[in-house]
Amino acid sequence: MVPAAEPRSYYGRPVIKEPIWTPEIPVYFFTGGLAGASAGLAFVARLSGRKKLARVATGNAFAGVAVSPLLLISDLGVPKRFLNMLRVFKVTSPMSVGSWIITVEGGLLVVTAAHEFLGWFPKPLARLFEAIAALLGMPLATYTAALIANTSVPVWHEGRRELAFAFAGGSAMAAGGAAALLASDQASPARRLAIIGAVTEGVAMEYSKRRMGMVAEPYSTGVAGKLEKATMAFAGGGAAALLAAEAGRSRGIGRLGSALVLVGSMLGRWMVFTAGKQSAAAPQYTIEPQRERREKGTLPSSTA
Amino acid sequence: MRHGYTAEQTKPQMGFFTDTSLCIGCKACEVACKEWNQIPDSIQELTGMSYDNTIDLGANTWRHVQFIEQPTQIETEAGFRWLMSSDVCKHCSEAACLDVCPTGALFRTEFDTVVVQEDICNGCGYCVPACPFGVLDQREGDGRVWKCTLCYDRLKDDKEPACAQACPTNSIQFGELGDLRERAKVRVLELQERGVEGAQLYGADPDDGVGGMHSFFLLLDEPEAYSLPPDPKVTTRDLPDTWGAAFAAAGALAAGIVASFIGARRR
Repeated sequence: MVPAAEPRSYYGRPVIKEPIWTPEIPVYFFTGGLAGASAGLAFVARLSGRKKLARVATGNAFAGVAVSPLLLISDLGVPKRFLNMLRVFKVTSPMSVGSWIITVEGGLLVVTAAHEFLGWFPKPLARLFEAIAALLGMPLATYTAALIANTSVPVWHEGRRELAFAFAGGSAMAAGGAAALLASDQASPARRLAIIGAVTEGVAMEYSKRRMGMVAEPYSTGVAGKLEKATMAFAGGGAAALLAAEAGRSRGIGRLGSALVLVGSMLGRWMVFTAGKQSAAAPQYTIEPQRERREKGTLPSSTA
Repeated sequence: MRHGYTAEQTKPQMGFFTDTSLCIGCKACEVACKEWNQIPDSIQELTGMSYDNTIDLGANTWRHVQFIEQPTQIETEAGFRWLMSSDVCKHCSEAACLDVCPTGALFRTEFDTVVVQEDICNGCGYCVPACPFGVLDQREGDGRVWKCTLCYDRLKDDKEPACAQACPTNSIQFGELGDLRERAKVRVLELQERGVEGAQLYGADPDDGVGGMHSFFLLLDEPEAYSLPPDPKVTTRDLPDTWGAAFAAAGALAAGIVASFIGARRR
């Protein structure tokens, strides 16, 4: 009786709400990843006897973890209630888990950095905290992917298996790039870390896009599409320059590569954030996969 | 996911059955809801979306009456049919908003409904894109997130929610969830027997992707026509995948850091 018009929606209105998060959030994805991966880099650098690299990475980790809470608090609708984040601990909320991780990591890195740069606190304590900070830094760099994947935003939720690897890669780019840029020597492992990160992010995103099919469209349209191209250019170009520096031992090209991958890492977070907004704003990405599911008559299986 | 942040279930499970076949689009529910809950006005503009100038559910709209104009092949004077529906929070049995809330502001009441505690919410905004239905939103100038409470305050005094009381056609029915589901089954069969094509229940099945909605609907067309997701699913059900990937990637990052030192130059 009623002719079916496809695709259908209510006056083209979105089904879900667009994330209301402000630009502080993609910047935090960058600074949190920088802090976490830098903490790991500092620890391994110290183990391998590269004191200068350890020092630079410790400074970067501290800088990242110092800026992050400010960004997060500034994004809140009621910033003075930021302590409510520590009222509960919920594994069903990656934001809750992350709030605890960043709080503990902050405390650890304050001590580690104070020992490194000011000579405060006993050395054994600082070394112990450095090791724990390195361990905790790993999930700090990747939980943000779980956070956005655990939403109804199609391009985030459907990418739940790959986003964390892209974020790990982006964090490696940030930590490696920042350390290689600032370390006067001993920069070789940092450069290599940035190259590994760039490759990991590129592969993870490409795989994710292929697996998602039409849901991945936001990555190639509008602002997110432009950011995607820019990310590829900066990360790819930076990685190539770092590779040249590793081979040719030219410091200048190494610095250029470091700067490029740093920008590439930031752009990558921005791309994912923007694609999520675009994905939420267009009803077809929510409706079409669910329509298909409904017609197959199978509820997507709960893995639980 | 059923977990803490749940009041002791001392009361029967309550809910709404919104029978859109009875809705006349009077918007009494929208007005009653605003009045009772003292919700700020929403800026009214002419949207061109039929008689719908409220647009969607949000911080300042907890009941939203939709107007859907459809061409029809049945000979009528107008040449189209009008679907009307009063949308509202679904009070999911497995509520994404409640799962992701990092402050515990969202909780499950003794009536098994889902409510935001406004003295706790810090406006982190996580519930906003987590909701599969786009129900919650942040209130401008306030910063916190607001949504339908299923008139929690009225329920505690054995009163029905304001929208249900105001509804002149009984399109909005309030009651115990089990009773409502029985009533809805009878009603949809009756309509289907009468030849009303497209009559279907939405959200009445406890085995759906959100464990059944405490606020469910009888629709006269497919869900997407009403801006409802055709097969909603609480994303928390995929958390083993999501957390698994995060921890695997954390391990991969550690391996990558170690690998970057292997064979690296000392200077």
